[in-house]
Amino acid sequence: MNILEIKNLTKKFGGLTATSDISMSVEKNSITAVIGPNGAGKTTFFNMITAVYKPTSGDILLNGKSLVGLKPHQVCHFGITRTFQNIRLFSEQTVLENVLVGMHQRLKSHWVGTLLHLPAITREEEQAKVEAYKILEYVGLEDFVNESAGNLPYGAQRRLEIARAIASQPKILLLDEPAAGMNPKETKSLTDLIHDMRTRLNVTIILIEHDMKLVMEISDYIYVLDHGELIASGKPDDIRNNKRVIEAYLGKEASSLG
Amino acid sequence: MLQQIIQTLPQVLVDGLTLGFIYAVVAIGYTMVYGILELINFAHGDIFMTGSFVGAGMLFFLLSIGFMSSVPSLILFIIIILVAAIVTGVLGVGIERVAYRPLRRKNAPKLIALITSIGISFILEDAVRFIAELKTGNYILTAPPMFQHRFVLNVHSVFPFFNNATFQSSFLVVSIVTIIMLISLDIFVNRTKWGMAMRAVAQDRETASLMSINVNRVISVTFFIGSALGGATGVLFLIQYGTIDPYIGFILGIKAFTAAVLGGIGNIRGAMFGGILLGVLEMFAAANLSIITNNAMDSGYKDVFAFIILILVLIFKPEGLFGKAAVEKV
Repeated sequence: MNILEIKNLTKKFGGLTATSDISMSVEKNSITAVIGPNGAGKTTFFNMITAVYKPTSGDILLNGKSLVGLKPHQVCHFGITRTFQNIRLFSEQTVLENVLVGMHQRLKSHWVGTLLHLPAITREEEQAKVEAYKILEYVGLEDFVNESAGNLPYGAQRRLEIARAIASQPKILLLDEPAAGMNPKETKSLTDLIHDMRTRLNVTIILIEHDMKLVMEISDYIYVLDHGELIASGKPDDIRNNKRVIEAYLGKEASSLG
Repeated sequence: MLQQIIQTLPQVLVDGLTLGFIYAVVAIGYTMVYGILELINFAHGDIFMTGSFVGAGMLFFLLSIGFMSSVPSLILFIIIILVAAIVTGVLGVGIERVAYRPLRRKNAPKLIALITSIGISFILEDAVRFIAELKTGNYILTAPPMFQHRFVLNVHSVFPFFNNATFQSSFLVVSIVTIIMLISLDIFVNRTKWGMAMRAVAQDRETASLMSINVNRVISVTFFIGSALGGATGVLFLIQYGTIDPYIGFILGIKAFTAAVLGGIGNIRGAMFGGILLGVLEMFAAANLSIITNNAMDSGYKDVFAFIILILVLIFKPEGLFGKAAVEKV
């Protein structure tokens, strides 16, 4: 069953076409990778799914319902959340608070009730803290609970972004270059985490990544973008041997050499 | 000379704290909006003024129907302050909706919103003046006295080098109410999900919205709380000082804004501290300037004194007392 259906998605910035006519379908509970050289339009593509950009044309369907025209927080409400290529944590807030922000929409309390300090709301806030702590334990950040997010080491910040994203209990998790800047050991444990999230949290994962070892190891399906166009899609083995993909990465001569 | 100054210190402290509490709460309104929108909302001083007029209007109305004689003045006061807070809170949200949000949607430069807020400030002043003159024939109102019981703080018998200080029961009302407001706000901002959302939006609006936070809603809540606190403080001002006019918001607003900068703009605890500090400094100057300068300056120059201190603080700590220095990343 396809959870996400992208139809002919195009985004133009003035005269520049960032993505053109991209279609894809993502199976529920799968891990899908979107790869391509720098400037291929991958992040623009993510930005359209999360409603940061409004597509020039085309449609995005989550379980058959169109997301085009919604605001980012509404898309999040429908169950899509993300991490960022360049880390965007609330660096002055604590690690725990970052996760709590991620839980914002799931907590019922209305702000009027919060102002009045109703007991039910206080209880909910307490439960939320317990749950946030469990999420931090799950990603392995429980030692940093009260640390300012900005003070964490780089790999931990990436994990915290994931923790904040899964705190909203998403149906689809978008990871924008989760392994960027990680050493091989960190990448390995990230790979394990992604695998584990799929099975344990029952979440569909779409990731942008340049680390081909990780992509090939983890993905069920791969889409390749180049210059804003979809040039290939298929299972990891198909992509590995796809001539157009090799061309896109290494140039035409390289592919004829091979 | 020094002896004279020391003798009056208890009284300076009582008067300074009263004024300082009022600055502190109004300063919070500036700092909250600045923190979240990077907008200096010049209309905030006039929200404070509107609150005091709503309070005065309620007071006169309840007097005229004879409500005042039948209930204790404390209950009357609670009703008035709540009504004024809700009215000004809604007014603040309305101003944000009508005047600031459309600018934000069009990505207008911040300067435009600043100018708009100055415009709103004038509109509020004249609207209140118009209504007050229409209803009472005069735009300067004097409230019927409330909480006028005088107390003498007997400091002299314990510390012989101090004089006694006197205060009215309104001082207690102002202090207790502002302290309650400051503590509840601090809890709200630091401990609850809405406070957390507010701080998240202040740090990075776009990311916050991608984390499911309805940014416009959070901004509305911020305006409601800031304005409601400001309006409630207007009522406290009315009770403490008795006489109000539509232009009290201007100078008081500028001073509260100053207090917010002194504490580190965008920092709520800083605004509280800055407000109290500024109030005490101002009262200290009012009491002692003529002594210090050998009658060359009278208490009318108190603002100069307070602002010289401000400039000195900012020269040595430009980010404000509680602010974090901005570190430029290379």
